[in-house]
Amino acid sequence: MTMTIHVDIVSAEASIYSGLAEMVYAPGEMGELGIAPRHAPLVTRLKPGEIRVDTGKEELDFFISGGILEVQPHVVTVLADTAIRADDLDEAKALEAKKRAEDALADKASDIDFAKAQAELAEAAAQLQAISRLRKAR
Amino acid sequence: MAVGKEIKTKIASVQSTQKITRAMEMVAASKMRKTQERVMAARPYAKKMSQVIRHLAQASSEYKHAYLSERDVKRVGVILISSDRGLCGGLNSNLFRKFVGQLKEWTDAGTEVAMASIGSKGEGFLGRLGGEVLGSVTHLGETPSIEDLIGVVKTMLTEYDEGKIDRFYIAHNDYVNTMTQSPEVVQLLPVYTAELEEELTHHWDYIYEPDAKDVLDQLLIRYIESLVYQGVLENNACEQAARMVAMKSASDNAGELIDELQLIYNKARQASITQELSEIVAGAAAV
Repeated sequence: MTMTIHVDIVSAEASIYSGLAEMVYAPGEMGELGIAPRHAPLVTRLKPGEIRVDTGKEELDFFISGGILEVQPHVVTVLADTAIRADDLDEAKALEAKKRAEDALADKASDIDFAKAQAELAEAAAQLQAISRLRKAR
Repeated sequence: MAVGKEIKTKIASVQSTQKITRAMEMVAASKMRKTQERVMAARPYAKKMSQVIRHLAQASSEYKHAYLSERDVKRVGVILISSDRGLCGGLNSNLFRKFVGQLKEWTDAGTEVAMASIGSKGEGFLGRLGGEVLGSVTHLGETPSIEDLIGVVKTMLTEYDEGKIDRFYIAHNDYVNTMTQSPEVVQLLPVYTAELEEELTHHWDYIYEPDAKDVLDQLLIRYIESLVYQGVLENNACEQAARMVAMKSASDNAGELIDELQLIYNKARQASITQELSEIVAGAAAV
């Protein structure tokens, strides 16, 4: 009987694959990796590419757009990114978020207006109370 | 019959409102199940990640990452996660109340606050509140993807990297069950080291490629993103649950209202019949 290693491929949005394999091939940042059972503990970043899982009977392919690979003697965990990532891309997204916020608040005061916020909340609470009182009165 | 025509139309209008609220209730119920499944699906990732971080934090003790160490708190960052749409009962107001309370605590202690929002209700609220807003994202829909959140999280992480904020929180609704959603303000950075320094049974170290620092950097960023993503998913599940409950009570109230109006209508009808009868009787007696 051949030795097997447990493989978990998860992304933030879903669990993609979980099962046993005889061999796993992954696109490590420093080069392609082949992981057999009882591999030494290893952590590496992954490049976009294909992860191949050889279960002995068949070979499964998963495309990932990067992520992190963790290897322990009997478990391989792939923490896959779902989005295509690059530093400048992240930066662009951050700027976009910032711009949105600025647009939304173009002409607002800079001090936190507790009094106003609390007044608003109190008003909402009073409305709710009034509604429930009206309902009881009927 | 002219009697109670207004009441009739009133009943019809309440009935059509009830139809709408009932439909919304059922839609929310089915969406709630889906959002719950999504919360469950996202859990293994964060769990695996915290395991690896725990190992790494222990293994490479000579390298202390900024995300793992406490520093003096002069300014904090917080992302307010809210729903995009209303009609979900007191869900958002409860969260905002909790958020304002926390905000007051911070400012009273002399800590500055930088804010960002996810969801249009929160964006509107922060706009009315004033203060410093660093980023915002809205309309994530029912299937939010982590890609949409990168921007907002990145602005906060950059602030943290540059030492402009010393702690990073998210405020969101925590899904307890269908009837209960509790607003929470949770600290993400620095990562709770108490949680991480749990004793391992045996000591070993990884081989790092390219090196521990790079891997830990990326891992921690992904970890924070996944926690924010979880917060968004939880908040989504809460939104659907709260909407379902709110719409159910609206339908029930509409039902009561219809019953009452029906009673008034019947009484008016009877009164008019009685009056007509007595007029006829009086007329016959006179002849």
